[in-house]
Amino acid sequence: MGKILNVVERAYQGTLEEQDDQALWLVHTLQKAGGEHAVLLRGPAVSYAVRGQSVGSLEIAGVKAGNPPRLDQDLEKLRAAGVDLYAVREDAAERGISREEAIAGIQWVSRSEVPRLFVEASRVFAW
Amino acid sequence: MAERKSITLALMDPPYETARVTTAFRLAEAALRKGIDVNVFAYEGAVALGFAQQKPHANSVKGTTVEEEGHPNTRAWLAALVKLGDGQEGRGRLDWVNCGLCVDERGVFEQAGGRRGSPADFHAFIQRSTNVLTIGTR
Repeated sequence: MGKILNVVERAYQGTLEEQDDQALWLVHTLQKAGGEHAVLLRGPAVSYAVRGQSVGSLEIAGVKAGNPPRLDQDLEKLRAAGVDLYAVREDAAERGISREEAIAGIQWVSRSEVPRLFVEASRVFAW
Repeated sequence: MAERKSITLALMDPPYETARVTTAFRLAEAALRKGIDVNVFAYEGAVALGFAQQKPHANSVKGTTVEEEGHPNTRAWLAALVKLGDGQEGRGRLDWVNCGLCVDERGVFEQAGGRRGSPADFHAFIQRSTNVLTIGTR
């Protein structure tokens, strides 16, 4: 039985306030609980794979965010936890993101390959 | 003497969902520091931004404690903005109004800052502001 494929498309929405991405956080937690998960980054979320991104130290009216989001590192932690990582090649190209700029361990797929991932997955969760 | 400038922000987004709230907070801070008065009409989900029962938490995925995570809830940022917007030392004044009906719907009665109001306050803000920026939910 295939893994649960989590399609993550919405990006950088609430990440500054949460200090992480809500979908990725939940996938990590479910994986740690014994689930078998994969993540497909598509659309704006392919930017999560860009290595070295940082919002620095966000501070509003003297109140500092103590642990700003590091989405690239969160993806690496997901991979280390056994989560397969996929990203849509064309979506990255449209945004000028090269593979060299991305973290290691991403399996790049074309849009035409996405249906195959759906078929192979035990379930598909769209976030 | 130059007329004192003011801006009104109408917010609709709830906390922890989008980047718009953070941007609005930053705009408000920048305006206050420039001596511009800021009025905020928090409407619908935005009334939860200042809900006083919000609590910072540890992050089991990152392996951080509450202290290490240093997670400022939106209520803390709102309270800091209210404190900053005291009109002192050349700063602007912040008047943050929560839509009362929206508060009632959500039961977020305890607030870290701001005051209870209604669309009538928004109307008054519009009348007296130099400009108005609506940041709606998408």
